[in-house]
Amino acid sequence: MNAPNKSGWKPEMETALPGAEAPTHTGNRALMLEEPLIFEIGSSDTTGVDLPEATGGTNRLGGMERSEAIGLPGLSEPETVRHYTRLSRQNYAIDLGLFPLGSCTMKHNPRLNEKVARMPGFADVHPLAPQGAIQGALAVIHELGEWLKALTGMPGVAMSPKAGAHGELCGLLAIRAALDARDDPREVVLVPTSAHGTNPATAAFCGYRVEEIGATADGRVDMAALEARIGPDVAALMITNPNTCGLFERDIHRMAEAIHAAGGFLYCDGANFNAIVGRVRPGDLGVDAMHINLHKTFSTPHGGGGPGSGPVVFSEALAPFAPLPAVRLAGGRFHLVEEETQVDHGHGQSFGRLAAFHGQMGMFTRALAYILSHGADGLKQVAEDAVLNANYVLRRCEDVLHAPYGASGPCMHEALFGDEGFAEGFTTLDLAKALIDEGYHPMTMYFPLVVHGAMLVEPTETESKAALDQFIGALRSVAERARAGDPALKQAPVHAPRRRLDETLAARKPVLVWSEGE
Amino acid sequence: MRYLPLTDADRAQMLDVIGVSSVDDLFTDVPEAARLDGPIAGLPNHASEMAVERHMAKLAGQNMIAGQVPFFLGAGAYRHHVPASVDHLIQRGEFLTAYTPYQPEIAQGTLQMLFEFQTQVARLLGCAVANASMYDGSTACWEAIAMASRVTKRSRALLACGLHPHYVEVAKTMAKFTGDTIASGTPDLTASCGEDELIAEITDETACVVVQYPDILGRIPDLAKIADAAHEKGALLVAVVTEPVALGAIKSPGELGADIVVGEGQSLGVGLQFGGPYLGLFAVRDPKHVRQMPGRLCGETVDAEGKRGFVLTLSTREQHIRREKATSNICTNSGLCALAFSIHMTLLGEKGLRQLAMENHRLACQAADRLAAVPGVGLVNDAFFNEFTLTLPRNAREVVHELAARDVLAGVSLGRLYPGVEELSQGLVVAVTETTSEEDIEAFALALQEVLA
Repeated sequence: MNAPNKSGWKPEMETALPGAEAPTHTGNRALMLEEPLIFEIGSSDTTGVDLPEATGGTNRLGGMERSEAIGLPGLSEPETVRHYTRLSRQNYAIDLGLFPLGSCTMKHNPRLNEKVARMPGFADVHPLAPQGAIQGALAVIHELGEWLKALTGMPGVAMSPKAGAHGELCGLLAIRAALDARDDPREVVLVPTSAHGTNPATAAFCGYRVEEIGATADGRVDMAALEARIGPDVAALMITNPNTCGLFERDIHRMAEAIHAAGGFLYCDGANFNAIVGRVRPGDLGVDAMHINLHKTFSTPHGGGGPGSGPVVFSEALAPFAPLPAVRLAGGRFHLVEEETQVDHGHGQSFGRLAAFHGQMGMFTRALAYILSHGADGLKQVAEDAVLNANYVLRRCEDVLHAPYGASGPCMHEALFGDEGFAEGFTTLDLAKALIDEGYHPMTMYFPLVVHGAMLVEPTETESKAALDQFIGALRSVAERARAGDPALKQAPVHAPRRRLDETLAARKPVLVWSEGE
Repeated sequence: MRYLPLTDADRAQMLDVIGVSSVDDLFTDVPEAARLDGPIAGLPNHASEMAVERHMAKLAGQNMIAGQVPFFLGAGAYRHHVPASVDHLIQRGEFLTAYTPYQPEIAQGTLQMLFEFQTQVARLLGCAVANASMYDGSTACWEAIAMASRVTKRSRALLACGLHPHYVEVAKTMAKFTGDTIASGTPDLTASCGEDELIAEITDETACVVVQYPDILGRIPDLAKIADAAHEKGALLVAVVTEPVALGAIKSPGELGADIVVGEGQSLGVGLQFGGPYLGLFAVRDPKHVRQMPGRLCGETVDAEGKRGFVLTLSTREQHIRREKATSNICTNSGLCALAFSIHMTLLGEKGLRQLAMENHRLACQAADRLAAVPGVGLVNDAFFNEFTLTLPRNAREVVHELAARDVLAGVSLGRLYPGVEELSQGLVVAVTETTSEEDIEAFALALQEVLA
């Protein structure tokens, strides 16, 4: 917003300066700075680290010493700092503004959590140190696990999965192990059409055939189709609740009863747990396994695409099959339960190890600090404000953006719109790119697949009303331009560091590494 | 609550716009039986920043900090000096609080960094193409095995006995569910990596041979010989590098004929962090295998004005497009760790990496000689980079605990890595890096001598 200051004073300038669009000598435009690749500016004999000169002579490398050049450019420290600082300024981020990426939960990342994760007592500790030397680290894993169990009302937890999709894998492997243990091979996993792509990919990896269950006109799982399909060949139903249309599955108890009656398990994708945390416990809904994206609900930073962390909570029926390692408190000490001691600690039925070491510790410390900061009351408020913000966006935009499920009851933490009503030839992509020019990261586009030209808006609870009002204004404006068929929309973005990029070229002639002579 | 900007007045106004009288009206789709009346009972309420910091500091205080004691642990996680600028740069909000670069026009920072990272990793590993990273080394190793099965249309993986036992366990867990067969063994306490025995087991049904380089005992296997034997039978060689700094000193796996090279990138930029988050490296030597690779790839393209730019590409391999037919269910990479790795690598450059590697090797040689001079202690390795295995005159696991009680973190006992394998119980894997001082080596040697006396 460029509102003039209260005095009304404005710099005396012509509104359109001649030459404003003229090229500059450098190609830079003031704070918009172009930055070459390190391979174009660095050299292999420059280094930004002071180390002793390598001395020749004898070594014990078994005759394997490198002779060829590697081709790694180096930069001095000031050049390095400048290179990455300049690159950073070409990124949008939560720290810069509202980031309404539905299903991804881009909320503020508290800096206390960064400070805590860097305490040497967490950051500078080796995973294979003797257990007497790592009691505090095990205590963190245990304490966070207890919180996750309490918040979900579920008795078992696995902390080692490294991301949400890894957690899904963990959950399905536990289901498969439980079925194998009772000698009950099953072939099918049911997945609603609105599911995240990871759900069918995970089920297929675990050796299951994926069958889709459709949605009703109100955006929820088609119960009639589901109940007709559930049978003794179905290992699990994988749902997302709240679902990816932003709606709570009202019939969740009926789903749980139906799948349990047929001897299968209910897996819940916990990507949207942030909508109900502190208010609803998935254990009370009949869920057998659910992964929790610590980087969504509990605000560990997304880091430009990871690392994530995806602990899984389990029902009584699945808890014995949880992976190794586990942390157990016994006799006033924390024990790391691994292959060696799994039987002694009652973990003999574990399906095994998912990854080296013990999980994403650096994410556990951040998530625990987040949870302790909020407490039970604050987490409840998190869910309420997230849902309130999403409904506010939904109701203030549904007259200019088609809300396919606007009449299906309140939305949860995200508002879903479709492209119906846009002028001929105008798409969700055009609207999204126009939002970039307005200074926003676009919402999730073309997901879920059940809505044409889907736009999934998740404002999160860390946005103020003023921030929401400004965003709503921008969203309404670009929606109206899409409805009117404003041709300028097709050009957007024009103010970003880059215009629309040619993704077809990138895929047709892949250039995945830099090479000399470019 | 300091992280929640809405005021009660805001909330009332917004409820009014929505047309409901209370926030409870927004949760009416939740079955009544599952609605909670108030905050979950038995849990503490919100706490101040100071109180939380105090609680966490207390827990942190109950761990032995690697940098405060003579420290010799490795076995897949290494303590290196990370320049201060690395941590500063990764904490810039534009990197830290960005999402996966799905909107490339406003994510060129992350995308260019990933393109640079992919190039650095490919060159370091001696490969044509590297991806934008995986969760960690162990999961990257499994993904390589799964990829080799897709490429060769075979399902038997042969794991060398020197592969990290956690990596072996992960592969075995996964294979239980995919129908792949995994053959593995435990290492002998000898200087030989057992290449001939491994080669003898390769058959026409072998999809891949998986070899760690250097291996879990710190030995340096003859990859070229294994590669030739694998290729002769139509199998792929998967090389696993858990200590990428080693590649500043020894030949790259790609150069020696490995088809897929995976690794744990934690050594550069990431830090120990009690085991995670770490950084999976994944690269292929032959560009024709790119479309069988798992994970994200960043590629170069141009924008509407012809300017160079970068995008995520070849996503038709991935789950959000292919769903149940994807090459992997992986939906993320280890972005911020990849950034830390890339910055550290840029600071080092080729010159710095080679110096760093040789400094590690110099100190490791010194430590190996000093520790092997302790009465009753033997050195297993002929060749090593910065990690080697000692044989002690008694159970090494007990010795590790006794030394920890004297504030020396002595290494990883083979009893910890291979519980129940009696022949290995006296083995101790010792890692030495540039952070190890000559005083640390002397302190370790003296303490070892005392507990063995």
